Amino acid sequence: MVTSITSFGRSGLYDWMIQRVSAVVLLAYTVFMIGYMLFGSELDYQQWKELFECTAMRIFTLLALLSMAAHAWIGMWSISTDYIKPTGIRFLFQSACGLLTFIYVVWGIQILWGV
Amino acid sequence: MLVSVYRYNPETDDAPYMQDIHIDIPGGKDIMVLDLLQLLKDKDPTMGYRRSCREGVCGSDGMNMNGLNGLACVTPLSEVVVNDKLVLRPLPGLPVIRDLVVDMSQFYAQYEKIKPFLINDTPAPAIERLQSPEERAELDGLYECILCACCSTACPSFWWNPDKFIGPSGLLQAYRFLADTRDTAKEERLADLDDPFSVFRCHGIMNCVNVCPKGLNPTKAIGKIRNMLLSQAT
Repeated sequence: MVTSITSFGRSGLYDWMIQRVSAVVLLAYTVFMIGYMLFGSELDYQQWKELFECTAMRIFTLLALLSMAAHAWIGMWSISTDYIKPTGIRFLFQSACGLLTFIYVVWGIQILWGV
Repeated sequence: MLVSVYRYNPETDDAPYMQDIHIDIPGGKDIMVLDLLQLLKDKDPTMGYRRSCREGVCGSDGMNMNGLNGLACVTPLSEVVVNDKLVLRPLPGLPVIRDLVVDMSQFYAQYEKIKPFLINDTPAPAIERLQSPEERAELDGLYECILCACCSTACPSFWWNPDKFIGPSGLLQAYRFLADTRDTAKEERLADLDDPFSVFRCHGIMNCVNVCPKGLNPTKAIGKIRNMLLSQAT
């Protein structure tokens, strides 16, 4: 067993579950957005604003945003532990991924509640 | 036909190279790749490869034949030769000792990790620990593994992390003991596997299933281990 781990949940099963659940959330969000854009009535600013002012949509979007952050972190962590062998570069890469993910989440929340 | 063989002798060669050898198959028969290797060795006795039982039981002569891992002794030329050419390489991902002979230490270290023996702390019965035919049937498709390493060395996850990912062969064996009703260490075995590398580096690409010379299915066994972990944890 590999005991020292810096992945998401430190347990392989937990990471695996989070990745599956977040993938389902992202799929649902993508299908909803594509459906909304294809079959929603006129796509003007007012309608778009009303959509994102709705609390349910904010919850759904935040859920999708957090799902993407967790999904991306687990994926990028796996990729880096597969392909980047020098520890220094791997650590830098993982730190950059973590920082970017954090920025995107905060920025996303700001946009979402700025509507 | 043309045979291109990976050659490397660390005592005399600076780097590995491919040696092209033209050879006529006696009587144009559809011989096994191992027989072809013997013909090559008759021509050049310095050629190194492992072999023992020559009938797909011992698992010594695993190698990469035209890009696909398999046992040379049970692979007829007609199955692998393309355009009258055969490229023979050692099993990918493991350190080469010489020519087609690889160092299997990492592979065995992973096998050792999964504790490949029955653990049962209860007092031994007078005769033996019995299983019903149904319980015994659970082990079919698992116990037949001969540890030839064809599967693990066909797995990219094993190439990148041979020290952390157990690999398809080791995991098939791990499930063989998890599925055994006579074993009492199920929880400890599962706890030892629940990290992001040991089991979960398997992304289910099924290279292992594609190359297994015994027709076994490590991906299915890995899925069952995952389900066991899931039902234990949730």
